Amino acid sequence: MLDSIASLGRAGLAAVASLGRAHLLLIGILGGLPSMLIRPRLLVAQVYNLGVLSLLIILVSGLFVGMVLGLQGHYVLSQFGAAESLGVMVAASLVRELGPVVTALLFAGRAGSALTAEIGLMKATEQLSGLEMMAVDPVKRVLTPRFFAGLISMPLLAALFSAVGVMGGWFVGVGLLGVDDGAFWGQMQSKIDFNEDVLNGVIKSLIFGVVVTWIALFEGYDTSPTSTGVSRATTRTVVHAALAVLGLDFVLTALMFGG
Amino acid sequence: MPSFSSHPKQRSDQMESGSTTSRSSGDGSQRAATEALVRVRGLHFRRGEQRIFDGVDLDIPRGLVTAIMGPSGTGKTTLLKLISGQLQADAGEIEVDGQSIGSLSRSELYALRTRMGMLFQSGALLTDLDVFENVAFPLREHAKLPESVLRKLVLIKLEAVGLRGAARLMPSELSGGMARRVALARAVALDPTMIMYDEPFTGQDPISMGTLTSLIRQLNDASGLTSIVVSHDVSETAEIADHLYIIANGQIMASGSPREVAASDSAWVRQFMDGEPDGPVHYHYPAAPLEQDLLHSAVH
Repeated sequence: MLDSIASLGRAGLAAVASLGRAHLLLIGILGGLPSMLIRPRLLVAQVYNLGVLSLLIILVSGLFVGMVLGLQGHYVLSQFGAAESLGVMVAASLVRELGPVVTALLFAGRAGSALTAEIGLMKATEQLSGLEMMAVDPVKRVLTPRFFAGLISMPLLAALFSAVGVMGGWFVGVGLLGVDDGAFWGQMQSKIDFNEDVLNGVIKSLIFGVVVTWIALFEGYDTSPTSTGVSRATTRTVVHAALAVLGLDFVLTALMFGG
Repeated sequence: MPSFSSHPKQRSDQMESGSTTSRSSGDGSQRAATEALVRVRGLHFRRGEQRIFDGVDLDIPRGLVTAIMGPSGTGKTTLLKLISGQLQADAGEIEVDGQSIGSLSRSELYALRTRMGMLFQSGALLTDLDVFENVAFPLREHAKLPESVLRKLVLIKLEAVGLRGAARLMPSELSGGMARRVALARAVALDPTMIMYDEPFTGQDPISMGTLTSLIRQLNDASGLTSIVVSHDVSETAEIADHLYIIANGQIMASGSPREVAASDSAWVRQFMDGEPDGPVHYHYPAAPLEQDLLHSAVH
């Protein structure tokens, strides 16, 4: 009994200590912003690595999610004689929820895991220590550009996900199921509000970008420098980032749309 | 072989000793009496429950090759990390070039590190940069040089380690020995005062090992460096070192010139230097008697 309480206490202490280290790392990363601005080339390279190289999975997923929304939405709406509202339903679902959330989950799996593995292996192969010994701060040189690249990439990827998703919904609804083209776009245009829907979706994806990239960088930087350590850190990144995104999405949705 | 510009003081020393790769104990002892670049006093360091250093005192003489030797896991690499400020000592004082490592701010420590080079066991080359860019990296970070000057400097450093022709190869295309030579070129790119080598001979074939041994000695002499070589390869290290420290169980077990240490009558030192499998350091890890273990497992 006492042992279980003690192990619970140890786990709690370890979690708090880990949270403390993560926050200290975030402060260090943000402190690297001025030196990153002097050398924007580092940021551009990481936007390419994290954003551009994630495009394929984001676009393909967005297309299929939009097509499924078109099919399911048409099935439900046509039962109430409201199939013309399909455009609004598809767009609102994507812009408010699915765009930011699914993009963040895919980003955690594709780019987040790659970030953790890269930083973890740099630690295991002493590249981070090597930078330290060359009097170069690895947090500012390596982590800061990756953090801001994640922050920039996420809203852009979410926007593309939503745009392609709407096209998928249009293809199925208008192209295959015969919904009126004018009604599809017209209702979408009149019912989707820029501030209420689009801007809130962008804010969500910005927050998800910070959280997913922060978790990925921290797990890589804090990993034990062994193959098992890197493997576990990569798994933790995907699990923790997914849980954080879904949990935060509920909180943000309640704050933004909860009335 | 490498062609470094020879430091005047070292050239006269080489002429006196007659050789750069084989040094007499008298020469080593005489040099060891020179001023210390690194001074360690009362060093205590623990990792968890494990005691790594328990009141270690040592001096690294300026301008010489000093070897830190000892069995695996005795804290040789940890000592380098403590000297370079990558780790903080629990107690004691470490001074490098008159500056106390423990009391330096981050920027002061980084300024000091621009005068230190370190060759990591793995080479620690940046895997997303090619050989040229790896060597150019510290110059780009710390010396605002025109691109044409930087290119010449990098090529000179690579020529010195015999890898100018490999300038455009990626680290993944290099053998272990080549990677360490590139790392060596990078470590000396900023012309440091001191260079630390962490297990430079581990996993090297005889040719690479011979090349590295010559490079370490010649770099030290030609560039007027102070070198610290951490290794457990007795013969290669003793061949190039002016001064040896043997550490184990958190303490200095022996120190002196290679010849003095080799002549030590300590059973522990003898076992280490001669590579005897059993002696004061037991072959078997402490365990219950074999019979007891075997019978115990039979019951289960």
